[in-house]
Amino acid sequence: MAKLNLERTHLPKQKPEERVKNFNEVALGFTEDLAVKEAERCLQCPKHPCIDGCPVNNDIPGFIKAIKERNFVEAVRVLKKTNALPGICGRVCPQEKQCEAVCTLAKKNAPIAIGALERFVADWARAHPDMVPKDEIAPPTGKKVAVVGSGPAGLTCAADLAKMGHRVTIFDALHYAGGVLMYGIPEFRLPKQIVQEEVDYVASLGVEIRLDTVIGRMVTVDELLQKYDAVFLGTGAGLPMFLNIPGENLNGIYSANEFLTRINLMKAYLFPEYDTPVKKGKRVAVIGGGNVAMDAARCAKRIGYEEVYVVYRRGKAEMPARAEEVENAEEEGIIFKFLTNPKRFIGDEKGWVKAMECYEMMLGEPDASGRRKPIPKPNSEFTMEVDAVIVALGTSPNPLVSSTTPGLETTKHGTLVTDEKTGKTKKDRVWAGGDAVTGSATVISAMGAGKRAAKDIDAWLRGR
Amino acid sequence: MHQNEKSCSCSREAIWPECKFQIVRKERLAQNINLWEVTAPLIAERAQAGQFVMVRIHEKGERIPLTLADWDKSKGTITLVFMEIGKTTKQMGLLKECDCVPDLIGPLGAPTHVEKFGTVVCVGGGVGVAPAFAVARAMKSAGNKVINIMGARTKDLLFWENKMRSVSDELIVTTDDGSYGRKGVVTEPLKEVLEREKVNLVFAVGPAIMMKFCAATTKPFNVKTVVSLNPIMVDGTGMCGCCRVTVGGETKFACVHGPDFDGHLVDWNEFMARQRIYLEEEKLSLQLWENQMKGVQ
Repeated sequence: MAKLNLERTHLPKQKPEERVKNFNEVALGFTEDLAVKEAERCLQCPKHPCIDGCPVNNDIPGFIKAIKERNFVEAVRVLKKTNALPGICGRVCPQEKQCEAVCTLAKKNAPIAIGALERFVADWARAHPDMVPKDEIAPPTGKKVAVVGSGPAGLTCAADLAKMGHRVTIFDALHYAGGVLMYGIPEFRLPKQIVQEEVDYVASLGVEIRLDTVIGRMVTVDELLQKYDAVFLGTGAGLPMFLNIPGENLNGIYSANEFLTRINLMKAYLFPEYDTPVKKGKRVAVIGGGNVAMDAARCAKRIGYEEVYVVYRRGKAEMPARAEEVENAEEEGIIFKFLTNPKRFIGDEKGWVKAMECYEMMLGEPDASGRRKPIPKPNSEFTMEVDAVIVALGTSPNPLVSSTTPGLETTKHGTLVTDEKTGKTKKDRVWAGGDAVTGSATVISAMGAGKRAAKDIDAWLRGR
Repeated sequence: MHQNEKSCSCSREAIWPECKFQIVRKERLAQNINLWEVTAPLIAERAQAGQFVMVRIHEKGERIPLTLADWDKSKGTITLVFMEIGKTTKQMGLLKECDCVPDLIGPLGAPTHVEKFGTVVCVGGGVGVAPAFAVARAMKSAGNKVINIMGARTKDLLFWENKMRSVSDELIVTTDDGSYGRKGVVTEPLKEVLEREKVNLVFAVGPAIMMKFCAATTKPFNVKTVVSLNPIMVDGTGMCGCCRVTVGGETKFACVHGPDFDGHLVDWNEFMARQRIYLEEEKLSLQLWENQMKGVQ
């Protein structure tokens, strides 16, 4: 076995005091030499737990070996076999909970920087388009598949099906493809140019992309089934959830979806050059503890809020956000208020939020989620002055498709019921995956669902 | 790069061949009020009274909702009516026949509930006359007795009187300044009609303040009053939550649960405050653009 090198190569980042003033990417990425240096640490262990830790089963030791040998073309080839969107995954996957968590070196607290290496390979491929090997596309099967939604689930499913030789059309309601990758994740964490280029890559496989098309309104799923052999629903997250407490619709209170959509999709940070505005104030509280809360808080800082609070009802250890993003947020001066939950919002005479009354919380017995249940401490109310609030509590599924598609079974929460292994819904010839099935989850789990569905759709189409 | 080719009609064809959002007819209906008839066969095919579309006119533009005024399935066109108020609508006013709109998304929102109620009063104020026409026509074809009330600040802002008359059993026109029709606001004839005869449903669309007062007028008569709300929207498909409105104490999203709601249950003060969120930014945006335009001339 190779010698253990426990010195994980540091991913260069923009300095916090600089990056809070811009929307450029925070992490700068490995140079070739840094990538090779990090790849050399990989033990190439025979059991490769990392592959099993990856929801799309990337051949991680394979592409790392190629990097180590400075054969970047081969690294791209290996990675693209399983992952159509490596530039996205390398940036936004929670590697510390997946591949890197099970890396043999993780036991020594120094797992291989798999995410950073994946990103390196993707960026290298984008910088060297002429050297990247063309994908193998199976002979045409003559079968047609409609994919609804161009987020991570839809793009992955479409790319895989196209490579298998099927004719795929993606439909999206927005004016850009990419779904949450475009409207939800900020430029400084995932540059939109990279999303666009990976979308273009999927299109280059022969996938047709139709934008501005709302399935469920303009065309129903049943109508798609008349023209297509199968349909995959990757419609993603829907209506933002709120706290249902008094004052929640006061001016200045955003859902994270709205705040992030204005900034990311509509480029409100460039207002008035772009026409969509976003309010700029002094003190903002972001309610929630997930990645979306981190994104919203860090965006708020960048558009000029002086004091940005993340208000979370549990403790730091319970926060669902990625450790790396919490650390980035802390470095950028985001103030965390743990074990705190709003009780009501207080408005001024013109209907704008000016303060929020909060409870201090304590953690009780574990609840259904297995986490300790937050309970308000009696008589602990205190008031925080704010001029904006961003509610980042997740979303509930959009009812548009489920309500216009007879035979599609939903849970009581409105998510689509599917077979976990295959993504098959209860409706004939319809599969689904991503947030529409799981509720708010990660990019990579949506991609995993897209992949599984593609495999099942392919098997079914071939068996027909 | 076909996602990026959004500047003209030809690139649009690559994305959705049947769909080409070309302005085939433009008409100035009144001072600052324009009509566009736009080629959008798939939207025309599905359109129902009360629904809306989201429009984005250029790469840096915002997405704005516009309620459908009319549509023609056989021609594959939809009709939109808008008033030039801010930068986006003023830029829209500059577009000419044969120009294309890169993004037109719809039909969105739940259609107005139409059935044979008996007697229906449709009230349209300002540009609201356009969507009121679509609803009045649907109510008329469903076999209702339809009394239409249309109002404007002044004669120069009135349009579609004849079109409205064609779907009316009775038409009442008001102007605030008395320059045409009855002098006064729409709630006065509305009250008289309610006093005069049994009305089964009132539908109102127009400025928020008008809808608020229509609801207040019908309340003592206990007549169900449906209003078509026009909050600020970003995506318009149920994702962002910008268009939320409190109805009967519950938060609703106008883009998917509406835009029609029970006017007696809407929290009007909140709704009107929310419509004004970006007033300062809208002013700034318009001013910068107008200065730029002057510089160009």
